[in-house]
Amino acid sequence: MPKQTFIVNGERVTVKVADNVRVLWVLRDLLGVHGPKYGCGINVCKACTSHINGKAFNPCSVRVGDLERDDEITTIEGLPDTVGKDLHPMQEAWIDRDVPQCGYCQPGQIMAATALVNKVHAEDREITEADLDTIRNICRCGTYNRIREAVKQGASKM
Amino acid sequence: MSVQAQAVDPTPAAGLSRRSFVGWVLGGATLVTAADLTLGRGVARASVPSGPQVPELYDLEDLQTDAALPTSQLITVTMNDDGTASFELPRMEVGQGITTSTAMIIAEELDIDPGQVKVGLAPARPELIFNQLTGGSNTTVSTYTPIRVAAAIAKGALLDAAAAELGYAADQLTTRAGVVSAPDGSSLTYGELASKAASPRTKQVDVELKKAGDFSVIGTARNRDDALLAVTGRKKFIQDLHVKGALPTMVCRPPTLNGSPKKLRNKKKILRMPGVKNVAIVDTGVAVRAKTFGQCIDAIRAMDVVWNPGSVEGESDRTIMARLKKAELPLAVPDVPVLADQVDTDFEFMFRSSAALEPNGAIADVRDDRATIWAGLKVPILAQENIAKELGMSIDQVTVNVITGGGSFGHKLFSDHAIEAAKISKKMGKPVKLMWHRADEPRQGRLHPMATSRIRATMLAGEVLTFEQRNTSVVTDFSHGLGEIITSTIDEAPTEVGRTLGGLGFSETIFTLTQELPYDFGVVTQLLNETDDRFNTGSMRNIYSPDTAVAAELTIDQMAAKMGKDPLEFRLAFLKDDRTKAVLEKVAKEGNWGRTMPKGMAQGIAIHKEYKGSTACLVEIDCRPRTVDRDIYHAVTGPRVTKAVFAVDAGLVINPRGLEAQMMGGFSDGLALTLTSSCHLRNGHFLEASWDNYFYTRQWNIPPEFECHIVDSGTDQPGGAGEAGVPSSAAAVACAYARATGTMPKRFPINHDELSFKPKSFVPPVPQSPRDGLKYTY
Ligand code: FES
Ligand code: FES
Repeated sequence: MPKQTFIVNGERVTVKVADNVRVLWVLRDLLGVHGPKYGCGINVCKACTSHINGKAFNPCSVRVGDLERDDEITTIEGLPDTVGKDLHPMQEAWIDRDVPQCGYCQPGQIMAATALVNKVHAEDREITEADLDTIRNICRCGTYNRIREAVKQGASKM
Repeated sequence: MSVQAQAVDPTPAAGLSRRSFVGWVLGGATLVTAADLTLGRGVARASVPSGPQVPELYDLEDLQTDAALPTSQLITVTMNDDGTASFELPRMEVGQGITTSTAMIIAEELDIDPGQVKVGLAPARPELIFNQLTGGSNTTVSTYTPIRVAAAIAKGALLDAAAAELGYAADQLTTRAGVVSAPDGSSLTYGELASKAASPRTKQVDVELKKAGDFSVIGTARNRDDALLAVTGRKKFIQDLHVKGALPTMVCRPPTLNGSPKKLRNKKKILRMPGVKNVAIVDTGVAVRAKTFGQCIDAIRAMDVVWNPGSVEGESDRTIMARLKKAELPLAVPDVPVLADQVDTDFEFMFRSSAALEPNGAIADVRDDRATIWAGLKVPILAQENIAKELGMSIDQVTVNVITGGGSFGHKLFSDHAIEAAKISKKMGKPVKLMWHRADEPRQGRLHPMATSRIRATMLAGEVLTFEQRNTSVVTDFSHGLGEIITSTIDEAPTEVGRTLGGLGFSETIFTLTQELPYDFGVVTQLLNETDDRFNTGSMRNIYSPDTAVAAELTIDQMAAKMGKDPLEFRLAFLKDDRTKAVLEKVAKEGNWGRTMPKGMAQGIAIHKEYKGSTACLVEIDCRPRTVDRDIYHAVTGPRVTKAVFAVDAGLVINPRGLEAQMMGGFSDGLALTLTSSCHLRNGHFLEASWDNYFYTRQWNIPPEFECHIVDSGTDQPGGAGEAGVPSSAAAVACAYARATGTMPKRFPINHDELSFKPKSFVPPVPQSPRDGLKYTY
């Protein structure tokens, strides 16, 4: 059984698992990292959204064998550490705007939102309604409007 | 988005409910109090006013509340030594925010901070009978008073204990923020008093509840108690629980609806696959248990299964619709003058999936002599009974733990997932963590039934003489317990109501209990007929109301046009209920009804009355080609609602922030029902398999502007919230679409006829996960 080595939330991990197992299951079923959620397994619902080397990605659609030793995966659990605080400003905005209902989609929403804002800021501009329309994460509880407000609020502190 | 919540009116409205109750301090070492509402129950609903429709006298909320009453005394509040209060809610939290609002209700009577109240979910307790059903947006309606009584008794006991300690009479003491203070400035905390206030024996006590005018917690905006857990990923859903040995388990399901497995041809090969531990055939398919869910998916895709046929082989939307049409009840030829104007309409509502984002799942550990189940369940008692029956055990051998659910929308009223997990665990002789694949949900899971609605209205000289509505539907499954509640409670309903409902089936009874058209439309009849019970159905964030409201409100726009009246003006002229009028006027004003819009855009307005409250919605929709055809990668776009203004009167509001959230979510659902989301039946199976086929509302569909206004009519009883947002939203969007395009839509959702995806394979029944995720990073 091949050994897979990569970095999760700042810690190097090694897991024995076949190359073709998707990263989502390695995180959830083998490493017990439960922040990224399963909602489709085919990269459409975005509930599993996490970051790889600072960019948003969907671990349900990446084979663990395709990760490099120095690839850094950040899940919602590791997001606060990326800013050296207890909570990332996006998480604070989420609480302030009382976004979560059932909460199932929200880790993915927050990871997608932070990556989107980083991308927009890197282009040296502010987030627009059109940017918000591109967020693909499903919220079956329908919290979309509060998500939009929270992204804008979080962005202003990033 | 904005929220406006007016303060609770300090002067009690007419029909004021009682404030004096009797309850219990339970004997024991800690202070535990209980409410008993069976003593001296009011007879407020005994007389029958002259309203023509049943829900005005007695509706589904009343029925569920009455059904819960005999067991309410088992609701207890416990005071802890650290000054906190605990309460086990005999309901399920699935995102409605009921643990937050319940903490607020307790905090109000106890005079402590809501953060000091710990609300957990009670496991299945058979003695609670029907008090444990979470549905019909009934939680706050039926638990509001019992919880308050128990909390008020706890405060009374704390005061008595403090009186003895501080040397003052209890009525000289004051309470604030968990501290009892005496006139001389001495004080004791609730924590210090908790065990002193306990009673060695159970005793009955009288209690007076707080006046609404003295409320300082109820009616204030409060964020959800579990928000921090949710945003840090620490909130635990069923799949996040660790139960020793409960490995990932999935089921290879049949290619047609409700098929069953005959034989697995390559069991040996499957058992040799990486990670695979066990395989078992159950009635719903072939189960596989493996080290990871990914390996379950691989195994399912490799299985060579011989299947028995399903329940609707060869059938399609078209054939099912034809059956419905045949079963439609005739519209009466109304006995009205020949000169009367007549409006006839006819609508079709397609199958829709009530699946939440969290897929069905449960953990089961079934041993020879006992079984333990963990699952999101709205009717845990029934699940416990069914599982015991299925396993051939007695009820006390089965423990059912209720876990917070990732959304329900009607889905978790049933215990399909828990029963299936139990069967698999038994067959494999191992603990299992069962998860449905996303594809399983629309294809084999519960759907809101296909239905039709026909309306005939007659009008003469500016009056509406008759309004008949006939719904015909594929059978809705009520075997989750609500049905039993009805049969056991209907006898106790006011006689007039009992006479009307006697002899009707569950569905017709629920229809009759929920549908109320609050307009002065002369002779109003609304009836339901059902046919075809071959589908897996259930309610979906409401039972009949969204469809009924869409049909009625679209027809009302037609009636208004025939009378030459504006939709708002017409509604205001015919509404007979002041609360509904008030919410309608609110959205008309805030939404600037009647403003001119460019061609291809329009406003729509609609109302709904249910759940002891009223809602109204005004939307603006853009149906211009450049909007409809806007290009978003892999997305269904279509008309865009650009603005929504919503108003709700939900009676006494516990938490306006939570109420607004429920209306926002309800709006997203209403929008999807009218414009985008449905399941297509073709040749015995449903085509949809994931969120790229089932088009629930997405960011690119949502109105960038959404406002929710809370209207206070001064009632002192809370109404329902969870489902209340859907009907008027769905109807307003439909009305706006009809006005913008000049054509009244007849089939919902409006995009149903156009299949905008390529169906995924049926054998294997689940898609493989892509490998190219790293190409799409951002
Ligand atoms: S589970 Fe990864 S995108 Fe849906
Ligand atoms: S909060 Fe429930 S799915 Fe988004």
